[in-house]
Amino acid sequence: MLPSDFWGRIVFILQEYGSSFASGIWTTMIIAVISTAIGCLIGFAIGIVQTIPCDREDNPVKWGLLSVVKFILTAYVEIFRGTPMMVQAMFIYYGSAMVFDINMGMWTAAFFIVSINTGAYMAETVRGGILSIDPGQTEGAMAIGMNHFQTMINVILPQALRNIMPQIGNNLIINIKDTSVLSVIGVMELFYTTKGIAGAYYTYFEAFTITMVFYFIMTFICSRILRFMEARMDGPDNYELVQTDALVLGEGMHTYTGKDKNVSTNSDYRAHKTGNFNRDQREGM
Amino acid sequence: MGTNIIKVSHLQKFFGKNQVLRDVDFKVDEGDVTTIIGASGSGKSTLLRCINLLEKPSGGEILFHGKPITGKGFDPCGYRAKVGMCFQSFNLFNNMTVLENCMTGPVKVLKKTKEEAREKALLYLKKVGMEPYINAKPMQLSGGQKQRVAIARALAMEPEVLLFDEPTSALDPQMVGEVLSVMRQLAGEGLTMIIVTHEMAFARDVSTHVVYMADGVICEEGAPEEIFEHPKKEKTAEFLRRFSER
Repeated sequence: MLPSDFWGRIVFILQEYGSSFASGIWTTMIIAVISTAIGCLIGFAIGIVQTIPCDREDNPVKWGLLSVVKFILTAYVEIFRGTPMMVQAMFIYYGSAMVFDINMGMWTAAFFIVSINTGAYMAETVRGGILSIDPGQTEGAMAIGMNHFQTMINVILPQALRNIMPQIGNNLIINIKDTSVLSVIGVMELFYTTKGIAGAYYTYFEAFTITMVFYFIMTFICSRILRFMEARMDGPDNYELVQTDALVLGEGMHTYTGKDKNVSTNSDYRAHKTGNFNRDQREGM
Repeated sequence: MGTNIIKVSHLQKFFGKNQVLRDVDFKVDEGDVTTIIGASGSGKSTLLRCINLLEKPSGGEILFHGKPITGKGFDPCGYRAKVGMCFQSFNLFNNMTVLENCMTGPVKVLKKTKEEAREKALLYLKKVGMEPYINAKPMQLSGGQKQRVAIARALAMEPEVLLFDEPTSALDPQMVGEVLSVMRQLAGEGLTMIIVTHEMAFARDVSTHVVYMADGVICEEGAPEEIFEHPKKEKTAEFLRRFSER
């Protein structure tokens, strides 16, 4: 029987529908995470294409072709950024079935819609990320003979990725919440599941309290994980000298571990460290 | 002197309506150490950037082993791999360690194996005295150290010519010394170099050929003794006087 007090009902709903919530959370997370990842790939691909340098006089054919491609990409970005995802979901899912007789299935539709939406936003984010990198980096890469694609993959995008990580996190969190609009095409994500559960006993307040908490936990954990990834990308603050430098005294170049209390100056530290760690460094390379 | 590598003839460069290079002719043979001196804004850096195709020349031509580098079907990436460049602002890849900076070109562009590239990178890093810092990121290095890594990165490509665009201008006097000593050593080993610099004493010591540029043209050129001891033109003499006064 349904208990009469608030907390009692919460416990009752959790006991009764725990597995439904779990599957709703799973659906929401899998759509959000995978679609954000695909969206990022779309964004990076568009970012690379949008920044291809091309001179009209140098190569008119390439220039013309590139202009057409860039126009299509810009149109894609503007259209998908400029219309609500819920409308897109209806338009694509039901529209494709009715007009083109394509039955894309709920999951395909869900991934497709969220991915291209994220892609449209990410394209602009990546463009901003690329612009934020010093042009000297591109020149340095060009000077050793890299082409545009190699420069992007090896030098610019890794740095741009680091700079846009906060925005990627933003997108992931937005996607976790926005998958709820997929309920209009019948995807059983967390919001749609909760609606069903709430309707069974008319416990809207209790059921949605639980769902609010779940959504918050999901977004909070994801934002913490992304912060951790950012810290990992920054790499260690310190580095190890492999051996003494012949040209410059490496003042202040030692790694302070905090454990070696008797180490006061750099030369002492070197004398103390040389030998065992030289070999380790070389082998580890 | 060795065979001709680069020949610049009637080179012109416009930035909009502003003509930076008017009519520049000069050539570089194998083993030459050419220094380009001149006041700021005289077109020295632009000339160097045109030679490396970082700027597209507006007129005239640049021949590399007799082939025009702006011609149709000329591969600019392959060309840049043979003509190294060191910048005033170093332009090291911030996302890589010192070792990776020197390995990425040989691996990605020259398609060498990682082992081969690492060996070469370590060899050249040792030459510039930066071997101990292979695990450091560029951000953690001083300016002079960064420039030495940049030189090692360029050397790792084993270029035929190495271009230096004011390599010591962003450094304080103490660090200038360490970079110049590396460059002096390279000159001694017979590497072909074109150096844009404001270090007159260095230019005089190291170069086999000195070019004085003013207002987008080569005002005077010749052996270092000629230029520094007996400049033929009044403009050159005055420029050098101003430098020695400081």
